Amino acid sequence: MFGKLSWSAIPFNQPIPLITSIVVMLILAGVLGLITAKKWWPYLWHEWITSVDHKRIGIMYCILGVVMLIRGFADAIMMRTQQAVAVGGAQGYLEPEHYNQIFSAHGTIMIFFGAMPLVIGFMNFLTPLQLGVRDVAFPTLNSVSFWLTASGALLVNISLFIGEFARTGWLPYPPLSEATYSPGVGVDYYLWAVQISGIGTLMTGINFVTTVLKMRCPGMSLLRMPMFCWTTLSSSLLIVAVFPILTATLAMLSLDRVFGWHYFTNDAGGNPMMFMNLIWAWGHPEVYILVLPSFGIFSEIFSTFSGKPLFGYRSMVAATLFICVVSMMVWLHHFFTMGAGPAVNTFFGIASSVIAVGTGVKIYNWIFTMYGGRVRFTVPMLWSLGFIFTFIIGGLTGVLLAVPPADFLVHNSMFLVAHFHNVIVGGVVFAVFAGLDFWFPKAFGFRLHEGWGKASFWFAFFGFWITFTPLYILGLEGMTRRLQHVNIDEWRGMLDLSVVGIVVLILGVIAQVIMLVVSIRDREKLRDISGDPWDGRSLEWATPSPPPFFNFAVMPNVEGEEAYWGIKLRAVETQQLAPEPQYEAIEMPLHSPVGFYTAVFASVTGFALIWQIWWLAGLGLVGAFAGFVVFAWRDVHEFHVPVEKLAEAERKRRAAREALLERIAREGAVA
Amino acid sequence: MTDTSLPAARETIRRVREDPYRLGHRPHGPREPIEGTGQGVTGPASKRVIVGYGFWIFLLSDIVMFSCFFAAFAVQRGATAGGPGIRDLVEMPRVALETAALLLSSYTCGLSFAATNARNLLWTQVFLLVTGLLGLAFVGMELQEFISLASRGITPQRSGFVTSFFGLVGLHGLHVTIAGLWLLTMMAQVQVKGFRPEIVHRLICFNLFWHALDIVWIGIFTIVYLMGAIA
Repeated sequence: MFGKLSWSAIPFNQPIPLITSIVVMLILAGVLGLITAKKWWPYLWHEWITSVDHKRIGIMYCILGVVMLIRGFADAIMMRTQQAVAVGGAQGYLEPEHYNQIFSAHGTIMIFFGAMPLVIGFMNFLTPLQLGVRDVAFPTLNSVSFWLTASGALLVNISLFIGEFARTGWLPYPPLSEATYSPGVGVDYYLWAVQISGIGTLMTGINFVTTVLKMRCPGMSLLRMPMFCWTTLSSSLLIVAVFPILTATLAMLSLDRVFGWHYFTNDAGGNPMMFMNLIWAWGHPEVYILVLPSFGIFSEIFSTFSGKPLFGYRSMVAATLFICVVSMMVWLHHFFTMGAGPAVNTFFGIASSVIAVGTGVKIYNWIFTMYGGRVRFTVPMLWSLGFIFTFIIGGLTGVLLAVPPADFLVHNSMFLVAHFHNVIVGGVVFAVFAGLDFWFPKAFGFRLHEGWGKASFWFAFFGFWITFTPLYILGLEGMTRRLQHVNIDEWRGMLDLSVVGIVVLILGVIAQVIMLVVSIRDREKLRDISGDPWDGRSLEWATPSPPPFFNFAVMPNVEGEEAYWGIKLRAVETQQLAPEPQYEAIEMPLHSPVGFYTAVFASVTGFALIWQIWWLAGLGLVGAFAGFVVFAWRDVHEFHVPVEKLAEAERKRRAAREALLERIAREGAVA
Repeated sequence: MTDTSLPAARETIRRVREDPYRLGHRPHGPREPIEGTGQGVTGPASKRVIVGYGFWIFLLSDIVMFSCFFAAFAVQRGATAGGPGIRDLVEMPRVALETAALLLSSYTCGLSFAATNARNLLWTQVFLLVTGLLGLAFVGMELQEFISLASRGITPQRSGFVTSFFGLVGLHGLHVTIAGLWLLTMMAQVQVKGFRPEIVHRLICFNLFWHALDIVWIGIFTIVYLMGAIA
C-alpha cells in the first residue's frame, strides 16, 4: 500500500535530524498560524501564490533562495566543526552516515535550491524591466517554473524528517549511487527533487531565451541591451542546451535503481564513466549558468557607481558569448584522472585555461569602468570590489587545476573544495548580496541600511578568506575532501582556523539579518520616492519603486545605449520631462493557480516515486493531466487595464520625476 | 502587392497565419523593419511569433535529451555481457511497418494543418483523427515488439546494450504516447472552441512536435535498426 514507506523511516533514534525537523515544523506552524490569525491568506493567494507577475515571481525565487542558503549554511557549520573536533583519536559528534548526508545535502541545496533560485530570481525581476516590456514571454509558464523549483526544495527538506538524504555527494556518482550500494531512499530523494526542479529550470531557460530575443521595447536592438540582459540570454541558452542532459542522466540512474537496468552499473555492460561524462556535460555549463548573470549584476553595479558607461561594452558581450560556448567544451577536466590519455586531457586542459581569457577581458573591463570615474563606495560596490579580488584568486587556482599533471596531485582534495568555493562564493554569492542591496529599493520602495550592509560585507569577506585559505593549504598537504574523521594531528591548527572563519561568517549572516530588521523599522526614513535612488542608467530605474504591475504605462522608445541615462540627460539639459504620452489601454495576463497546482501534483508524484507508492504516483500524474486540460479550457487569459488607471500611475511617476529634476538642478549634479 | 488585392481565400489564409514575416508575399530587395517580428526596432513580436519561437526552443532542448540516449546507445552498443546483440533484436518487417505508419502520420498531420489554415473544421478533425490512429498503430506495434522481445528473455535487466536499446526506443514511444494525449485534447478544443487564435497557436505547436518526433524516429530507424540489420 505505502511502498517502502513505514514508521521506521522517521529518525526517532537520531537526535540531530529529529530535533531539527521538529524545530522547523514548529517555525512553519508558527508562520502558518500567524498568516491565518492575521487573515493574510486571501492576500497571499491572490497577490503572490497565483501571481504571474515576473517581479513577484522573482521576489519569491529570491526568498526561497535565501532561506535555502541559510539551510545550506547550517550544513556547512556542522561540517567545519565536525572536522575540527574529529582529529586524531576523537570521533566528533556526527556519525559517518549522517556526515555523508550533510555534505551531500549541503552541495545539492546550495547549488540547486540556493544559488539557482537567487540567480533566476534576478533574471525574473530585472530582465523585462530592463528590456522595457511588461512581462516575460510566457507568464503562466514562469509561475509553473517557480513552483516546480519550490516543489523540489520541499522534497529535499522532507528527507530530513521522513527517510534519509543521499550519502553520495552533490552529484550521485555510480556505482555508489546504484541500488546495490545505496539501497535506501536517499538517492531517490536527490533524483526526484533535482529532476522536478530541473524541469522548472528548463522552462525558465526557454522562457527567457524567447523573452530576450523576441520581446524588447521599440528601439531596444540587441546591442543596446544592458549587460545583464546579455548574461540572462547566455545563461538561458546554456540552460536550454544542458538541462535536458541532466534530465536524461537522472532518468537513466532512476531506471537503473528502480527497475534494475544497466546504464551505469559495474556489471552486465553498465558504464559508470558514462555517468561522469553526461553529468559533467551538464555540470560544468551549470557553473556558468550561475556565474554569467552574476557577471551581469556586477557590470550594472560597476557602471552605475562609477558614473560611467560600462567600459568595452561590445567586448563584454563577445566575452560573455565566448564563455557561453566554450563552457560546453571543458567538462572532462572534472575527471582528468579517468585516464583518457594525454591527447584528450591536453585538449580539455587548454579549453579550460582558455575560458580564463574571456573572464580576464571582463575583469579588465570592470577595472577600466572604474578608472577615471567618480566611484561611490556603497554597499553593492563593496561587494563588487570584494568579488574582483576574490574571483581573481579563485580563477587563478582554477587555471592551476586545469593543468592535468597539477590536477592529478590535488584531484578531489581540499584544494579543489577551496577553489570552487572561491569562485562560487566570490562570484555568485557576492553578486547576489550586491544585487539584493542594489535592487532592494526597486522591489520594495526603500533602501537597506548602509552601516549594517557594510558590516555584513566585511564580515563575509574576511570570514570567507579565514575559512578557505586554510583549506587551500590543507589540500596542498594532501587532505582529501569529504572526510568525516581526520587522522593527522598536524592539520588540527588549520582546521581550527577554518572554524574561526565560519564564526566570522556567522557574524556576517547576523549582520544581514539586523540590516533587514533595521531597514524595515526605518523604512520611512529610507524611502525611495524618486524611483532612481542610485542614479541608475538602465530602464528599471525609469519606473517608480516598486513598479506598478504593468511596469510601463507606455512602452519606452529607446534611442541609444543606456536607455534611461539618455532620457535623464535630455531631461536635465532641457529642464523638463518629455511631453506626456498618449495612453492606450493594455491587456495583462490574468493570475493563475496553475503553477501552484502543478507543484502540488509534482510533489505528490515525486514523493510517491521516491517511496515507490505506485498508485499514488499514477494519481498524481492523472491529476496533473486533468490540471492541464482545465488550464487549456480557460477562456479568458488577460484582463483589461483602462487608460485612466495607466494615466493616473504615469502622472504620479512624472510628479516624482519632476521633483528629482528639481533636486538635480538645485544640487548641481546628477548624482 | 497589398493585402486588399489578395483573393479572398488567400486573404483568409494570411489572416489565420498571422505571420508578420508574410513569407512569399513581400517584395524582394531592401526592406523596412517588420512590425511584430520582435527584431529590436519595432518592439515585441506578435503572440504567434512568440509562441512558435518558444516552442522551437523547447524542441531543441528535447532533441538534446534524445541525443543523450543516442549517445548512451552508441557507447553501450557492444556491451552485451554475453547476451543478445543488435542483430538478435531487429525485426525488419515490423519496423518497416512502424516507420511507414509514423511517416504517413506526419503527412496527414500536415494535411490537418492545411485544413486549419483554410479554417475547415471537418477536415482538420478528420486528418487529426487519422494522425492519431496512425500514431496509435505505431505505438501498438512498438509495444508488440517489446513484448515479443521480453518473451524471449531480452529485457533491459539483461545487459547494458539491451538497456540502452529499450531506453532510446522507449523514450521515443513515450513521446508519441504523450503527443497522442495532447492530440486528443487538441481535437476536443478545436471542436468546442473553434479556431480561436490561441487554439491555432497550440495546433502550430502540436504540428511542430509531431514532425519533430518523426525526425527523431528517422534517426532511430537509421542508427538502431538499419545499422543493426547490417551489423
